[in-house]
Amino acid sequence: MRITCSVNGEPREVDDVWPGESLLFVLRERMGLPGSKNACEQGECGSCSIFLDGVLVCACLVAAGQAEGRDVRTVEGMAGPEPDDLHPVQRAFVETGAVQCGFCTPGLVVATVDLLARDPDPSDAEIREALAGNVCRCTGYESILDAVRLAAARGREATA
Amino acid sequence: MDFQQPQSWLEAVQTKAAHPDAAPIQGGTDVMVELNFDHRRPDVLLDLTGVAELAEWSEDGDQVRIGAGVTYTRLIQDLGGRLPGLALASRTVGSPQIRNRGTVGGNLGTGSPAGDCHPALLAAYAVVEVESVRGTREIPVDEFFTGVKRTALEPDELIKSVLVRPPAGPQQFSKIGTRNAMVIAVAAFGLALHPDRRSVGTGIGSAAPTPRRARAAEDALAGELSAAGLWDSRADIPDRLAERFADLVGQAADPIDDVRGTAAYRRHALRVMARRALGWAWTDYQRAA
Repeated sequence: MRITCSVNGEPREVDDVWPGESLLFVLRERMGLPGSKNACEQGECGSCSIFLDGVLVCACLVAAGQAEGRDVRTVEGMAGPEPDDLHPVQRAFVETGAVQCGFCTPGLVVATVDLLARDPDPSDAEIREALAGNVCRCTGYESILDAVRLAAARGREATA
Repeated sequence: MDFQQPQSWLEAVQTKAAHPDAAPIQGGTDVMVELNFDHRRPDVLLDLTGVAELAEWSEDGDQVRIGAGVTYTRLIQDLGGRLPGLALASRTVGSPQIRNRGTVGGNLGTGSPAGDCHPALLAAYAVVEVESVRGTREIPVDEFFTGVKRTALEPDELIKSVLVRPPAGPQQFSKIGTRNAMVIAVAAFGLALHPDRRSVGTGIGSAAPTPRRARAAEDALAGELSAAGLWDSRADIPDRLAERFADLVGQAADPIDDVRGTAAYRRHALRVMARRALGWAWTDYQRAA
């Protein structure tokens, strides 16, 4: 089947999609967008977190056909066009060293962008709850919490 | 595999009639896992996310009609005040990503003994509304689950909505797992006090082949509350009555040993959750006086 949707603001069209494959497979293998990571394929790890019509979802649990006509935003759509034009959340992850192997990072960045859009001043408990579906096996999460706190603080300064 | 994407409820029901083997998919949190792991290859995938009315809820007389496509996130945001038991259960589902996609209708359709909605729906005496081209049926939720991941749905039927009466009394929900998020229940318990009917509703999850009510526990507690005049006096529940209720809840389970826990642990956990839930609910009832 053919899938037509908007990905990071650009209209995209792919053919020969098998109806049972996931949106994650379409993004990675058919559209050349490998930022969303493929790990558990059952919604447990959050590495494939994306926005579907502005809603945070696991791309591995969206059937390709369900993306027809929808608006998709992936981690590739977070940064600006220039090499150093990172999204504030990405910059905070870099500056706090909230990265080790980096595999979970795209999903965590997208989930953090979602959290701060809903709540610009989350408590630690709220950060932990919001990121509960994103698994990291390296960092121990403390530096990730630092990154979210830093991004939140800068976001509030920017709007103050 | 054929992908069908009806744009109206009528079209959805007609498609299901034409393809009774079609696998309905809503948020995909169960169906896509089966597809990703090659556990299932339906000839037809019936995507219901194009049916806008399924994603709506409404007041219908003294009931709330929840469309089968309403997500856990919406249940929590929109219905937390009206249907507290269901909202409590919804908050324990997965993660934000899962709650944004998973639906009450999908939870029912999968019919897992561990489905998080089920204990809350059982305790609230909810009714499942199913429809086919042959007509509509209203199935009390405690008659909906017929076996492990088996339901009373006929092959040509789809789940349309769930009817839940906003409670006249407090509701509680408790779930045991290895962490607070992203867990399938080892055991779960839902409780609703119905002072208007002088009755008690319960729901047991993950501790029997199907979600089920603990009817003997409900009857014993409701009977004692009436006999002792506690519905009216709202005096403290005697310890021996709370213990008896907890024991009867434990006895109503029919758990197994599996990777998540032993049968003995599940029965014990249910007793503890039943006693605690009753304590919380009764305190709420006393405070509401």
